Amino acid sequence: MTAMEFSARPPRRGINLEKWGWIYMRASGVVLIVLIFGHLFMNLMVGDGVKAIDFGFVGGKWADPFWQWWDVLMLWLALIHGANGMRTIVNDYTNPGVVQKVLKGALFAAAAALIVLGTLVVFTFEPCPVGAPADLLPSFCAA
Amino acid sequence: MSTTTLEQPPAAEAAIQSFTVTFLIRRFDPDVDTEPRWQDFDVEMYATDRVLDALHKIKWEQDGSLTFRRSCAHGICGSDAMRINGRNRLACKTLIKDLDISKPIYVEAIKGLPLEKDLIVDMEPFFASYREVQPFLIAGSAPVAGKERVQSVAERAIFDDTTKCILCAACTSSCPVFWTDGQYFGPAAIVNAHRFIFDSRDEGSQTRLDILNDKEGVWRCRTTFNCTEACPRGIEVTKAIAEVKQAIMRGKP
Repeated sequence: MTAMEFSARPPRRGINLEKWGWIYMRASGVVLIVLIFGHLFMNLMVGDGVKAIDFGFVGGKWADPFWQWWDVLMLWLALIHGANGMRTIVNDYTNPGVVQKVLKGALFAAAAALIVLGTLVVFTFEPCPVGAPADLLPSFCAA
Repeated sequence: MSTTTLEQPPAAEAAIQSFTVTFLIRRFDPDVDTEPRWQDFDVEMYATDRVLDALHKIKWEQDGSLTFRRSCAHGICGSDAMRINGRNRLACKTLIKDLDISKPIYVEAIKGLPLEKDLIVDMEPFFASYREVQPFLIAGSAPVAGKERVQSVAERAIFDDTTKCILCAACTSSCPVFWTDGQYFGPAAIVNAHRFIFDSRDEGSQTRLDILNDKEGVWRCRTTFNCTEACPRGIEVTKAIAEVKQAIMRGKP
């Protein structure tokens, strides 16, 4: 019997994105539980509940750096979490090739576009647009 | 009680009830078929017979062309893993009484490996993954002359579960990630790596952890527990994979 071949794949050392992807999913998942349930609690249960949500409510929240960062953090973590999850599904259900590349490219583009747009909106939101009726605006807007 | 047994006439043995069991077997003859086809066989069986006995009866009495692997026929060699009623089991450990014989019993080859004939698949990709994790003791030092390498009972217990593997491929071929492109190392290779990674006498753990920290390594595990459920040896496969993940994150066993 001839000698067997061992370890055709050279072992890789150092950074492995799959490992960090796996850790990210668990870490972001834990943080997202707090962020999302906090978000739902603040928006749907405190005060007038769901009826309170209008332009003024959202404008008021996004005038506060605390809620800006809360929402931006939630946006980044959730979109990367979701896109990475979809990427593993693409890995599991398609064979390596053009289709897989296109699907992963589409996932990356969708997540990147939403993250950029969302971040831009949260930080550049104008809660008191000129000429809008005062009853629709947050209470702190000068009439 | 022993006297009653002795007084029983030998004819009582014939009174043991037998059943006609229908088997639907997924046949494939590469010389004739382009696609696998299902063929049914009626076999007279006792409740204590095994699926392997049914395959023998079919091969010996009905259709000699039925092809399957088996060696020891007692759950040790790991040759006769097959998909019985949609679950990976050893044919030699699956009793008729544990199956619902009011319906046909479906028997097919394990999935995810190239089908060669009837119930036989090409096991080479499976063993290639196994070889890649270097499943042998790596030690630079020699034991004290005339002695064995010392290991405490507690150190041995850490990897006891994964020493039970018989390489039947029931776990790997039940893994939906392995089914996709066959690139994933698969549960069996990780179990056998686990057996040496956590062995206090072994010095090659780092190499094996690096190998399993690959793109197709432990991170492709989705913890579906199919492997744990399929293992005929009762190895907690998913737990072993999780322990290897933890070891990779720690950077040491």
